[in-house]
Amino acid sequence: MTVLATYVPRDSPVHRLPAGVKLTGLVLAGLGTVLLGRWWQSLLLLACVAGLYGVARLTWRCLAVQLRAVALLVAAIGVLQIVVAGWERAVVTCGNLLALVALAALVSLTTRTDDLIEVVVRGSGPLRRFGVEPERVGLLVSLGIRSVPVVARLAGEVRDAQLARGAATRPVAFLVPLVVRSLRHADRVGEALIARGVDD
Amino acid sequence: MTESTDAAARSVTNTTTAIRPRSIALVAVFAALIAVAAIVPGIPVGSVGVPITLQTLAVMLTGLCLGPLRGGLAVLLYLVIGFVGFPVFSKGQSGLGVLAGPSAGYLVAFLLAAVVVGFAATRVVRRRPAVWAPLFFVAAMLTSIVFVHGLGVLGMVLNADLSLANAFKADLVFYPGDVIKNLVAASAAAAVHRAFPDLLARRPR
Amino acid sequence: MPVIQFDGVGHAYPTSAGGATTVLREVTVRLTEHRVGIIGGNGSGKSTFARMLNALVVPSTGRVTVDGLDTARDARAIRRRVGFCFTDPDAQIVMPTVQEDLAFSLRRHGLPKPEVARRVEAALELYGLAPYRSQPAHLLSGGQKQLLALAAVLITEPSLVVMDEPTTLLDLANARTVRDLVAGMEPQVVLVTHHLDLLDGFDRVLVFDAGRVVCDGAPVDATAHYRALVLP
Repeated sequence: MTVLATYVPRDSPVHRLPAGVKLTGLVLAGLGTVLLGRWWQSLLLLACVAGLYGVARLTWRCLAVQLRAVALLVAAIGVLQIVVAGWERAVVTCGNLLALVALAALVSLTTRTDDLIEVVVRGSGPLRRFGVEPERVGLLVSLGIRSVPVVARLAGEVRDAQLARGAATRPVAFLVPLVVRSLRHADRVGEALIARGVDD
Repeated sequence: MTESTDAAARSVTNTTTAIRPRSIALVAVFAALIAVAAIVPGIPVGSVGVPITLQTLAVMLTGLCLGPLRGGLAVLLYLVIGFVGFPVFSKGQSGLGVLAGPSAGYLVAFLLAAVVVGFAATRVVRRRPAVWAPLFFVAAMLTSIVFVHGLGVLGMVLNADLSLANAFKADLVFYPGDVIKNLVAASAAAAVHRAFPDLLARRPR
Repeated sequence: MPVIQFDGVGHAYPTSAGGATTVLREVTVRLTEHRVGIIGGNGSGKSTFARMLNALVVPSTGRVTVDGLDTARDARAIRRRVGFCFTDPDAQIVMPTVQEDLAFSLRRHGLPKPEVARRVEAALELYGLAPYRSQPAHLLSGGQKQLLALAAVLITEPSLVVMDEPTTLLDLANARTVRDLVAGMEPQVVLVTHHLDLLDGFDRVLVFDAGRVVCDGAPVDATAHYRALVLP
């Protein structure tokens, strides 16, 4: 199941930590950054997170890749902050932001998709009183993942049909057939689920 | 076939309150639809060929087609799939990093938007088909302004430490695209409901 | 061999226009043979007939019993014994990878994990899917997907397997593979098909037309009747 996912397998203490612990730690860290107001505190946090990457046996390059997506945005924010509120605010804001993004990415890099899904499923246990069945939550997540390449294929088919007709790509003319095919596919999946013992 | 299966479902005593197979299928397929919409590069629109990203469009379409419960679940499932590590967020991003980033507000907004616009859709489809598209558009536009833009701005204030005024200005650039997307979503949803009149007919589970 | 009994079965469902569409009329038949074929034109009612065998559809009139169980009351019990193979394998494969999907079939069997793994491995070997065990299902070819779907049905050891046009989306080579697989399968098989050569060696074939059984007998006779019906 990990073909497309972010997980990078390594033998490290961070990898071995249970998924639930890492997620809780992330949430706490996120809340905690609110308390950090000095420039050196932010940089310390950033250094700690970078250090964790080392503990997790992940390279600098790995850390850089994770930050690349938000780099431009953070830079823009930094510039804005310098102008509006001064350099210390800029350092704190950008430092905290980068640290949190990197920390969250670290959790994704060191935790198997299956383990994360397991957390979601177990986390839905308390919701049983609202009619939520954890087993069905697990099925829902797996079926969702499974359906992405199928819908991608349907989208390709609709596009090919349009091109074959020489029709220009008009959004509505593309979306309606795609949704219709998706609904029909969902019908068939529903049947198959019942046939495979998912009780109605 | 759907109607026969539904008839069968009604005739067999339903003792479980869990989500039903047909709903599981719909939620999963639409979550996948949002994922596919987010991954593909935007389709060029009009003679100038300006690309519009389809992620928000797919979210609105999901809410309009599936209603508040299944639509909301579909968006939630999409978010979960992204959070557990699959690259289904825009620009191929994945994982929990996006929650800490500046676009986090928009993601949370998607969930609320789908539920609200879905609820509106259940009301709209009770009226005559001719008014579906325009009413869907109004619902989508209002939801977009209040929730997507509202929470997007809030996200920027919280995560990017922008002032309210600056965040608001940064967000303005998204409005023209949104109008187009909501027009498309409303139009497409109306056509879908004409083809599948039962979609929002019964109380779903 | 589970006995399949249809007594005065009719089925109609309401249309959005307000009327009703009748799909099956007065079908009374008793199936005990090992290999039963179902053929008929589009809209003849054969798919609905097939779906009544695992209680996916419950008749609006009459009664269907499979192995003594009434489909209107014992749907869950019936589905534990009756496997269904659909036309589109993409709709049947619900898990992201090959082995996960096979394991999914065994989730209700109360087996310990090592036993599930063992049976999954055996199925992978049997259907030539072992090299693909950890692969995402969407990377399989159409024929392999249908094999996986079939394997996922057979791994539960059903006493009856219903197949609704399993080869329609497959090319000739893959259709032949499925045909050979069906020939060697242990459970009773009721096969709906347009591909008449799948029915070689079958014990009995029913021809449907406009919701009724218009011919019921040996494959040779039934297919001849069907050809006369459909071709000018």
